[in-house]
Formats: sequence, structure tokens, C-alpha cells
Amino acid sequence: MDSHKDNGYLDMELLRFTTAGSVDDGKSTLIGRLLYDSKSIFEDQYEAVKIASERLGEKFINLALLTDGLRAEREQGITIDVAYRYFATPKRKFIIADTPGHIQYTRNMVTGASTANLALILIDSRKGVVEQTKRHSFIASLLKIPHMVICINKMDLVDYKQEVFESIKKDFKNFASKLETQDIRFIPISALKGDNVVEKSKRMTWYNDSSLLHLLETIHIGSDENLVDCRFPVQYVIRPNNDKFHDYRGYAGTIAGGIFKPNDKIMVLPSGFTSSIKSIDTLDGPVDEAFPPMSVTIRLNDEIDISRGDMIVREKNSPIVGQDFDVMMCWMNEKKLLLKGKYTIRHTTKTVRCIIKSIHYKVDINTLHRIESDKEIGLNDIARISIRTTQPFFYDKYKINRITGSIILINESTNETVGAGMII
Amino acid sequence: MTSYNLNHIKILEAESIFIIREVAAQFERPVLLFSGGKDSIVMTHLAIKAFWPAKIPFPLLHIDTGHNFKETIEFRDRLVKKTGTKLVVGSVQESINSGRVTEETGPEASRNILQTTTLLDSLEKFKFDAAMGGARRDEEKARAKERFFSHRDEFGQWDPKNQRPELWNLFNGKKNIGEHFRIFPLSNWTEMDVWQYILMDNIDIPNLYYTHEREVFNRDGVWLAKAPSMELKKNEKYETKKVRCRTIGDISCTGLTLSTANSLKDIIKEIAATRITERGGRSDDKRSEAAMEDRKKEGYF
Repeated sequence: MDSHKDNGYLDMELLRFTTAGSVDDGKSTLIGRLLYDSKSIFEDQYEAVKIASERLGEKFINLALLTDGLRAEREQGITIDVAYRYFATPKRKFIIADTPGHIQYTRNMVTGASTANLALILIDSRKGVVEQTKRHSFIASLLKIPHMVICINKMDLVDYKQEVFESIKKDFKNFASKLETQDIRFIPISALKGDNVVEKSKRMTWYNDSSLLHLLETIHIGSDENLVDCRFPVQYVIRPNNDKFHDYRGYAGTIAGGIFKPNDKIMVLPSGFTSSIKSIDTLDGPVDEAFPPMSVTIRLNDEIDISRGDMIVREKNSPIVGQDFDVMMCWMNEKKLLLKGKYTIRHTTKTVRCIIKSIHYKVDINTLHRIESDKEIGLNDIARISIRTTQPFFYDKYKINRITGSIILINESTNETVGAGMII
Repeated sequence: MTSYNLNHIKILEAESIFIIREVAAQFERPVLLFSGGKDSIVMTHLAIKAFWPAKIPFPLLHIDTGHNFKETIEFRDRLVKKTGTKLVVGSVQESINSGRVTEETGPEASRNILQTTTLLDSLEKFKFDAAMGGARRDEEKARAKERFFSHRDEFGQWDPKNQRPELWNLFNGKKNIGEHFRIFPLSNWTEMDVWQYILMDNIDIPNLYYTHEREVFNRDGVWLAKAPSMELKKNEKYETKKVRCRTIGDISCTGLTLSTANSLKDIIKEIAATRITERGGRSDDKRSEAAMEDRKKEGYF
């Protein structure tokens, strides 16, 4: 522990997780407890929440007031938007994307899920698997969050009975057979009483696994990134034009997949020119290997014309190159998706225009059924559509790579981000 | 290296460098807001890393309240000289002189709110279309829902209920003429992360952050520095204490911490043990429960 302190806590990992739940299933209590027990809530914040709770006439300290920062949210007692919260233990730093659970907020759940390694889903032990549980799990699966932790909460209200836990677990597993998530864990907890949240509960000796915090601290996230398929979207061309670095020409970007090394044979898309890596530079000196999500500058041994939006890949492992593809689209705007409509489309560092060629079906996010008859795609709807872009894209399927497999659509007159898509 | 895992600071660094490069690529006239505090120093450091060996392709903008710690200005000028970046200064005093704003009076007077006008005027004058700031989501609850790319209308206003969704690493900086963006590359950093990074990269920071003796007075439980612009109230008196800054802002609203920390490791230990938030000493946030949200809607940092 002391050696840990001496290096300034620099050997911590980062875990991003998303939470979703309805107003009364204890999500805020759980987050509040994680923050409070990890000493991430400070005294002045606690005091402010206490005063605000009293003013709202609440009996207990309402920890939701910690995350519901906007005036309108506090006045209406609802969460409007994704709130980001931070806490750390000596092992890991955590970023929570806390999303509202109401049906109209699919857009927020998708947003929070897009960068998460883990989804934390709460089930009220008295109610079991409800529509909202399915909705959250489906979105987590759709967004390819690698790990899912199902917290069966309020165990104190069912006398900490193992049968209740096992029965809900069974129900969930039945439903989850339709999902693609591989790693699903179950924990019986009481967020209010603290059972199995930070410490293992003495009231559920039948449960032999980790407490929630212990699981969050230890779950293996090392293989969440794609380290096989080398993808480097060029973000910015660095040309110093000064005496010391007269002929320097570097391609700056963030590794989206694979491991790049000096001398690797590479190919540049869309030109198809090949070369090899001269060096991988950072201000701290050149590196021997670059892997996701490092931000580096790559220099090549040959002079090739490369600009933002191009992609550097390995010669023998190319992404799909093409102008036509299908996406699972989550619609995020009040204005409906227009069939044959034209939008600006962004993929990695490339921005072009596209047309919506066809709408295949809408997904009922409660049952996962395809609704082929309904092609009206409005706010919070999820649908499979076909897109054609004005220029070829270099992409992977979303399930292969979340960075090179995702796109957003932008309305050309309002400039708003109106849709988020996962390439199928 | 045997494992392909970065530690949390390296991941945050990579994310911030990505955002800063994205700003340089997507906007015509970006600017980095520089206050002289540790967050803007870290931002400048990240910008240097993002474009090395080329120079930072945008200037720094300092909104100068005229009520600074003198160490802040000295530090700013040294940094600008060392990095060869361009500095633009927007002066609150000039906004007062030209009648754009009226100075508050009395012992609680602060130029903090007045900065918004000077900031918006400066952005307009130099036609900056993206202003990068060092604000973090962990600082204040109104910031917890802020985007990395935060859209501002032609009046510089923020509409928290109508923010653009932000997914993966796809940032949408499209806008109409007259509108601009505020960009927050340090969104996901905490106070602790910033200090760990300063330690890891051995970043130079003003001595104000380390313990020093200073004449101070106590107002409502907060230690404030003696300065020509500060009036004492009845019952307040100057004392000499060993203090350090946890944040550096305008001298009128920067609370000092009683501390003997004189190294980065001491500071990190102190923060790991502290139970009060960083902005707990900021009197500008204490004006009302939604003080920060209200200022942000109008165009504050």
C-alpha cells in the first residue's frame, strides 16, 4: 500500500461502465454508496446534498442530487441527460456514465454505452426481470459492451433468500440467450444496507462470489481492445517546417486496432500505396510498439500523399472498402429518419455525405422482435438501414472493432447529430 | 512491454490529445483558454504533445481580470516564451473602462462574473470558433453533463437540455456562422488525475501550488490572500499562514489551503486524504446552488 502511495498511484487501470435503471430501483443509492464508500464524495458535496434533500422535504439524503446537476432536473426530480461520475480505488479509476432509465431516453443509454467496457444493470428483487431490464440489456449487447453485471438489488426486502436470486438469474439467462454478450455476472445486493456492494455480505453466506466493488476492480479488461487488425485513421498531418525538422512529415492519430511497430509493412487507404513504418513518435521519444488507444505520430519510409481521413493498415489485413453497407441505426432526433434523405456521415476521421437507400425493419427493444411493417423511424427508435456514401469508407463490422465500425449521421441544415450507427 | 494495457493516466492523455488534434482539424480558428492554473498548464502541455515536433497551431487566450497573483502572470509569460506560442490577452479592466461591464463594489466584489463579457468579446474580436478550456466534469455538478464538444449559439449561450449526443470518438463540430464551440479535452480527468499527470510528466507549475508563507484573512471559513483589490470586512484581520493554492483563479475568489506540502508527492498525498472538494474554496460557486449552471448558460468558461 505504501509503495503504491510513493509512486503517486500511477499503476491504476481505467474501467468505464454504464449504469441504467428506473427511478426507484435503487440506482442512485448504489452509485451514491460506491462514491461514498470509496471516499469520492466530499464533505461539502455531502452537506450540499443534505441541505437540498431537506429543502425538498425528503426523509433521507437523496444521493441522486449529486448527479442531477441541472436546475431543471432537481426541480422535476428527474435525470435528463447522461451524467459522468468518477471514483477511484487504489486498483482502478472508474468512469460511470449514469443514464436515465425512462423509455424516451434510449438515446442517452446508447450514448453512455458507446464507450463503456461494462454495463451495470439493476433488477429489483421483488419485481424480477421487467421490460426495462430487457431494454437495457439489449442496448448493452447491441453496443457490444464486453461485460455485463446484473445486480439483483433490494435483497433485504426478500429476506436475503437464495431462491429469489436464483429464480431471477434463471429468468435473465433465458432472455439473455438472444443477446451476444459473453460475460454476464450476477450479484445479489442491497444498495441501501450495503450488502455485497463494497464488503461481502454476512447475510448471504450462500453467495460465494465477489462483492460488486471487488468485481469492478478485478474483472479482466485487457482483452477488450482489438489487438489483431491494425487500423490507424489519420487525424492530422504534422509538418513542422522549421530548420531542425525540415523534412519531417508525420501522420498523427489514435490507434484504432492492432499493434504497430517500426519496420512493419503497411498500406495506405484509399490510395493502396505501400510503404513501411520508419518510426512511431511521441514527445517522450519514439516507441517500439503502438496499440489502442495510444495517440502517436507515425512516419513512413516513403513519401506518399496522405491526408486526414485516410487510413494506415497492414498490407495483408485490410478493412472492408466500399460505399454500400448496412447499419443498426439508433435515431436521436425528433425529426424522423428520411428514406432517400441525404445526411453528412462521419466515420473515424472521415466526413462525407450519404443517402439512406432503404429501411429494412425496426427493432422492438422490449422483445427484440423485428417489425418489418413499421418503417417510420423516430426519436429513440432502432432500425436496420442501408446507406450509400459518396466516397468509399474503410470499415470493419462493429462487432470486430467498435471504432472502425461506428458512424454518426449529421443533419445538413441544423448540424445536429441525429443518428448513431453500428455497421453490420 | 509485455502487456498491452495503458495505465489510466496514459489513457486519459491519449484521449485528450485526440480531442485537441480533432479541434485543430475541424475548426478554422481555435484558441486555448489559458488561466495560469494547473488545468490550463496541463492543457498546454498536452497541446505541445499533440503537435510535436511542430508548434501548437493555435494561440493561447488569457482573460485577465487584473486581479491576479503576480506569480501567475510571471509564469504565463515564461511559458509562452519557452514554447513559442502566441498569447492573446482579453482585459476585464478594458471592458470596465469602455463601459461594457460595471464593476461590483463592496468587500464581496469580484470580477469573476465580468469575465464572461470579456471572454465573449474576445472570441468575437478575434473570430475564434473553438475555445478549448481545462474544465473537468468532476469539478462541479453542472459540468457533469457537459460534452467534450459543447455547442454555443450566436450569443455564446449553452443550452444544457439540448446538447448534441456524443458517441464513441466521433465529435461533431459543425456549426453556423457566428456560433462557436467550447471544447473540454480534460472532461474525464479528476483533480487527482491532473496531479498524477503533473508528477508523471514532471510539468512545471507556479510556486503558488506549493506551501509558502502569505498574509491571509479568513472569510466565512475560507482563507483568502491579502491583495490591493481586496477590502477587509469588520472582524476580519490579516494573519501570516503557511498556505498553498488548490486552484488558481482570480485572487478575489481563490481560497487558500493551510498546507505544508512542498513537493508533488506531498500534494498527491494531501489530496488523497482531503475531504473537501477543490472548488469548496471558490466563493464564486457559493453564490447559489445553481451558480455554475447559470454562469455557464450565459457563456462562462
